[in-house]
Amino acid sequence: MQTEIIIAGFGGQGVLFAGQLLAYAAMDEGREVTWIPSYGPEMRGGTANCTVIIADEEIGSPLVRHPAAVIAMNLPSLDKYEALIQPGGVLVVNASMVNRKPARGDLRAVMVPGNEIAEAMGDRRMTNMVLLGALLVNLPVLPVEAVERALEAHLPARHHRLLPLNFQCLRKGAEFVAETVR
Amino acid sequence: MARELLKGNEAIAEAAIRAGLQAYFGYPITPQTELLEWMAHRMPELGRAFVQAESELGAINMVYGAACTGARVMTSSSSPGISLMMEGLSYIAATEVPAVLVDVMRGGPGLGNIAPAQSDYNQMVHGGGHGDYHTIVLAPATIQEAIDLTVLAFDLAEKYRSIAVVLLDGSLGQMMEPAELPPMRPVRQTFPAWAATGAAGRERNVLTSIYLDPPKEEEANLRLLRRWQEIQANEVRFREYFMEDARFVVVGFGSAGRVALSAVRQARAEGIPVGLLRPISLSPFPTRQIAALCERAEAFLVVEMNAGQMLEDVRLAVNGKRPVEFYGRMGGVMPFPDEILGEIRRLAAGEASFEGHPRDRWLQRLTGSN
Amino acid sequence: MVVEQIVPEEIVYQRPRSLVECATHYCPGCTHGVAHRIIAEVIDEMGLREHTIGVASVGCSVFAYNYFDFDWVQAPHGRAPAMATGVKRVLPDRMVITYQGDGDMASIGMTEVVHAAARGENITVFFINNANYGMTGGQMAPTTLPGQKTTSSPHGRDVELAGYPIRASELLATLEGAAYVVRRSLHDPKNIRLAKKAVRTALEVQRQGLGFSMVEMLSICPTNWGMSPNQALQWLAEKMIPYYPVGDYRVSPSVAQLKV
Repeated sequence: MQTEIIIAGFGGQGVLFAGQLLAYAAMDEGREVTWIPSYGPEMRGGTANCTVIIADEEIGSPLVRHPAAVIAMNLPSLDKYEALIQPGGVLVVNASMVNRKPARGDLRAVMVPGNEIAEAMGDRRMTNMVLLGALLVNLPVLPVEAVERALEAHLPARHHRLLPLNFQCLRKGAEFVAETVR
Repeated sequence: MARELLKGNEAIAEAAIRAGLQAYFGYPITPQTELLEWMAHRMPELGRAFVQAESELGAINMVYGAACTGARVMTSSSSPGISLMMEGLSYIAATEVPAVLVDVMRGGPGLGNIAPAQSDYNQMVHGGGHGDYHTIVLAPATIQEAIDLTVLAFDLAEKYRSIAVVLLDGSLGQMMEPAELPPMRPVRQTFPAWAATGAAGRERNVLTSIYLDPPKEEEANLRLLRRWQEIQANEVRFREYFMEDARFVVVGFGSAGRVALSAVRQARAEGIPVGLLRPISLSPFPTRQIAALCERAEAFLVVEMNAGQMLEDVRLAVNGKRPVEFYGRMGGVMPFPDEILGEIRRLAAGEASFEGHPRDRWLQRLTGSN
Repeated sequence: MVVEQIVPEEIVYQRPRSLVECATHYCPGCTHGVAHRIIAEVIDEMGLREHTIGVASVGCSVFAYNYFDFDWVQAPHGRAPAMATGVKRVLPDRMVITYQGDGDMASIGMTEVVHAAARGENITVFFINNANYGMTGGQMAPTTLPGQKTTSSPHGRDVELAGYPIRASELLATLEGAAYVVRRSLHDPKNIRLAKKAVRTALEVQRQGLGFSMVEMLSICPTNWGMSPNQALQWLAEKMIPYYPVGDYRVSPSVAQLKV
């Protein structure tokens, strides 16, 4: 049994870091995990994505065609990945960066105004944390606390003053419980 | 040691350092550059040699020089850079000095792209340089294996005075997985008796690949060949999954092997009795093991991220006893498990064929479906 | 019968310890023998035989390792400076020398020597310039003079088609990493003595870790030039030296202070 998550957005939105954080949390919980960044021309194309797979056995393919969950941090990511999510999967959309709602009716989707929330919390760079919080509350793969512990364990000491703000943003995002769009 | 979340390229670099690496020479090329960067940072801090060479040609010849001193030495590159190193590899093999090479393969031929591929199989396994020589080629599929095989590569290179290659594709180089690094081994302080280190209190040592007298050259070739037979007898490595009752066998190495594992699991869930054989040593190749599988397997499927290079070695092992089918992606495209699952279903439906060449049948299916 | 007793003190000239007692494969009159001898003498005089590793190249000097009695490795064509880099970085307290011809160093191996010099690699290159490819039978080299006939420039080197000869010492002297780059000639005893002194300085530069050193030695190839050894020596003096002036092209400030 495995859970696949794709996090996608513009370079600079903290997409790769959010995925790595998830991977650290999974590892610390004793799970198997793979993290693989987008690979190929996209690397330089202004968009970034990574795939995280969390499992309880040796992981085969690090890439999947149909992930269980997607965080779409911008419109191109929503356009690209919405159609690929497994039926009944989770879609977390950064409402601040898109001009439409998800179209599929067989997903558990949630619109989160990530940029506005992060700005209100005091640091726009925390948008990824808000959306990660929203993912975890809707996807039973890891508790939010596991990610908080991973931040504490793996964030370099010089950044530890940012821990409380990270926690707050994760928790704020976790208030966004998805409902089936229809 | 605890598990750490490690990126393939960096894990290999640190594993090499902990295996007692004394000198690294390299040249930047995507997707292995993190390996060189890790060395640039770590080697000087440990008081060990690091040089960013002027080219891959320079790098491999620096490796050649350092290897002649008997030091633990390595370089790393990616496909086009490896092509450039072929001159040095032939010389190193002929001089019978140990060296480790890491090839993080990318799409080709030519400049190709920087996406993951397995198209250096032939160049590494069947020799890209001139002359009769073999290299030991180890193909990891996980970060942990990449670490373990890097350490093993040094030990095997020294044991057999041979080149040992760690062959992986760019996706594994860029991927992160939890893995455990080995403890730091002390750097060896002595040099082997054959090494060129200065003729103090002994006869001079001359390390060369020239045997101008043909019978002498033939003798050198025979020596290499006998050593290779020894390697073939001792160093075959592979891993099997779901093979106990398998009637169909998928063969894939490295990343293609792990993608195939996902497909095999899905096929098992559908009730198809299929197993996976993942060669870890591509050279020496698990020929006898695959041949033995013909007793119970009805058909084979070879999966690669190239146009069917290992396929030929599997066909030689199967030797016409069972049908062999092929599925490949090329040019930097990684297959998804569902593509391989589709091929496994074909095997289970009895569609494996003896007719013509598996590559031709695959191409026909490919163009037929497009 | 008169028996003369020879006492050791009377020996004024003998084979250097660093040379193997054997006949070389070099042609009669070839100056490789002179170059070998002065290098071996200096290595003996400096007490370096047991601490030196030579890197042989491809060309007539491919078998240099058969003639020098210390450790050697054999490089692919042109790659000796890269290989020497590998040896030196692992064994920084040993002396590492390369012995390369003009085709090897100034054509196929130009990249390797330029970058070794640019890195200030602490090695010594002995560069034998005889204005042609000797081993393969006298083809045009990057050092072949304008108008000079070779088997691959049968009507004389046409600079319109084949370009101009490369002055390697002058070129390498532009690099900051090079500490000592000089050109000498092996055509008469006076110049040979000067060449030997340069060999000594170059090895001293390396011993003291001052950076890259190279001694270019203008040499003759009577066989491929189609001349007697004497004619060849004269041709070197008259034709080669005007194009390749003997001199010191780079002597870094720290080298200038050396007392050799």
